[in-house]
Amino acid sequence: MAHENLDVIVEDIVKPENLVYRRPSTLIDVDMHYCPGCGHSTVHKIFMEVVEEMGIQHDIIGVAPVGCSVFAYSYMDVDMHQAPHGRACAVATGIKRVLPDKYVFTYQGDGDLAAIGTNESLHAANRGENILTIFINNAVYGMTSGQMAPTTIEGMITTTSPYGRDVKSMGYPLKFAELIAPLPGVAYVTRQSVHTVPNVRKTKKALQRALEYQRLKLGFCLVEIVTNCPSNWKMNPVESNKFVQNTLLQFYPLGDIKVPEVRV
Amino acid sequence: MGEVKLMKGNDALAEAAIRCGCDAYFGYPITPQSEVIEYLSREATKRTGMVVLQAESEIGAINMIYGAAGCGKKAMTTSSSPGISLMQEGLSYMASAELPCVLANINRGGPGLGTIQPAQGDYFQSTKGGGHGDYHLLVLAPYNVQEMADFVKLGFELAFKYRTPVMILADGALGQMMEKVELFPQEPRVHIEYPWATTGKPKNGPRRVITSLHLEPEKMEEINIHLQQKYKKMEEEEVRFQTLNLDDAEYVFTAYGLVSRIALKAMDLGRQRGYKIGWIRPITLFPFPKKVFQEISTRVKGILDVEMNAGQMVEDVRLAIEGKTRVEFYGRMGGVVPTPDEILDAFERLFIKGD
Repeated sequence: MAHENLDVIVEDIVKPENLVYRRPSTLIDVDMHYCPGCGHSTVHKIFMEVVEEMGIQHDIIGVAPVGCSVFAYSYMDVDMHQAPHGRACAVATGIKRVLPDKYVFTYQGDGDLAAIGTNESLHAANRGENILTIFINNAVYGMTSGQMAPTTIEGMITTTSPYGRDVKSMGYPLKFAELIAPLPGVAYVTRQSVHTVPNVRKTKKALQRALEYQRLKLGFCLVEIVTNCPSNWKMNPVESNKFVQNTLLQFYPLGDIKVPEVRV
Repeated sequence: MGEVKLMKGNDALAEAAIRCGCDAYFGYPITPQSEVIEYLSREATKRTGMVVLQAESEIGAINMIYGAAGCGKKAMTTSSSPGISLMQEGLSYMASAELPCVLANINRGGPGLGTIQPAQGDYFQSTKGGGHGDYHLLVLAPYNVQEMADFVKLGFELAFKYRTPVMILADGALGQMMEKVELFPQEPRVHIEYPWATTGKPKNGPRRVITSLHLEPEKMEEINIHLQQKYKKMEEEEVRFQTLNLDDAEYVFTAYGLVSRIALKAMDLGRQRGYKIGWIRPITLFPFPKKVFQEISTRVKGILDVEMNAGQMVEDVRLAIEGKTRVEFYGRMGGVVPTPDEILDAFERLFIKGD
């Protein structure tokens, strides 16, 4: 009796007009290659929601990096250009300079942005290129399966720091956001995360603001997103999100680092 | 007749970029070609609105070209040997992703930091791929300032026809020397919407993706087969060369770029001494003009290949000749330019006195 009623109720409710949670039209309907629980898929979704809500799907060009998100173009339904490892900000510069009225973003991991690509990232920021760089910081090289990243924190175990990162010999974790924030060409720098629902909402808001700043041609915008990497951290998704909260965020505190003096 | 000017090779190349409606130049200073970015910084933006940007490095520059070319724009860069080495990664990506661009290598002596004097040590790098993977650039070798200008325009035509990077391979002397040049008239910058270009997803069509990544081996092989077919087509349709005195030639001097002019003079001197010498100047180094060498291979006594390197193009000459005649090499390295007398002496030593 109860079940029959439930079926009727479900049929009644599941209608397009009642949908409150859905895949944005700007996100392609395919299975993602990302590991279960990985933050990339969440960031892809909220960023594509922003693109949909702002109505800029036909006016935005993305640059995918080398790393786990090399296939970002398989999911984001916008024109995309895949860059050599580390060169995303240079490729984005080339695009933005010839199409100054389009929105241009790069989507890069920590190794791509802040190790092999430090030069390109830093100079694009310093030139004040009107681009958005989405910086996924999970403190590890994901695609090559767990080597030390420029952002690996002290003592953290990776396959190339198997006894923990020894900062005396391997160098210190790099805070790229803080590094570029003082540059006059840089308009907006914020560090966010997607390990809880409130944080997902804040990150989405930050991505939206960054694109607004780009529209106003205020300069380089960096949205760093501290994420988890369950597979390479050898943790389950819940444990990995706890590691983000209890360990990574102690070293990479969340919040705005630089905000332009305009309201959007 | 177009506007005639006395110009440096580098300046003529820069002027040609403006005049052919180039959309963007990204570059990094390096001797002996820094005049190009200086000239464009002074002239280009105010005249045509062309984008000119000094990049943070040659790596930055070639990737900016990669981005701009991906938008269907006419994008160009120039450098010299060490800088061109840094660009090889980007060129490999562009060849694979099939993007057009023009770049010039004002070759200086190497290896390493080498010297700033003219050299041809980058022939292998330019014609055999240069970066990783199976690909070629289409390589044009100017031999005077006129061609430094003309090959920019031709380079863009070929780059867009084949969706491939085109290299102008010159040397430090061609970049620095002044000669008369007749400039072609200014052409407008035009925006063409190419179906492959990333300019924002079309409202009535799928998104465009520019990539060189294909993890399925069959797909990657398919891309390679397509590239090889394209190179084959270039070999059929785009071979360019110049010849002189081949009709009665018993010997042939062959050289490209600056050295071809010196070899031309050596040929004249040799003819004065009674030697029946002809002259072949490859203009496209890839595709290499094999046929003209094959045609003469059975009727000349020998070929002297002259280069400012340790012997690079001579390998292509020998491949074309297939052992049907003697091929000897004379070269100077490290930025030393051979004289006509030196070339003739080498010819006599190798072919006449040894006979």
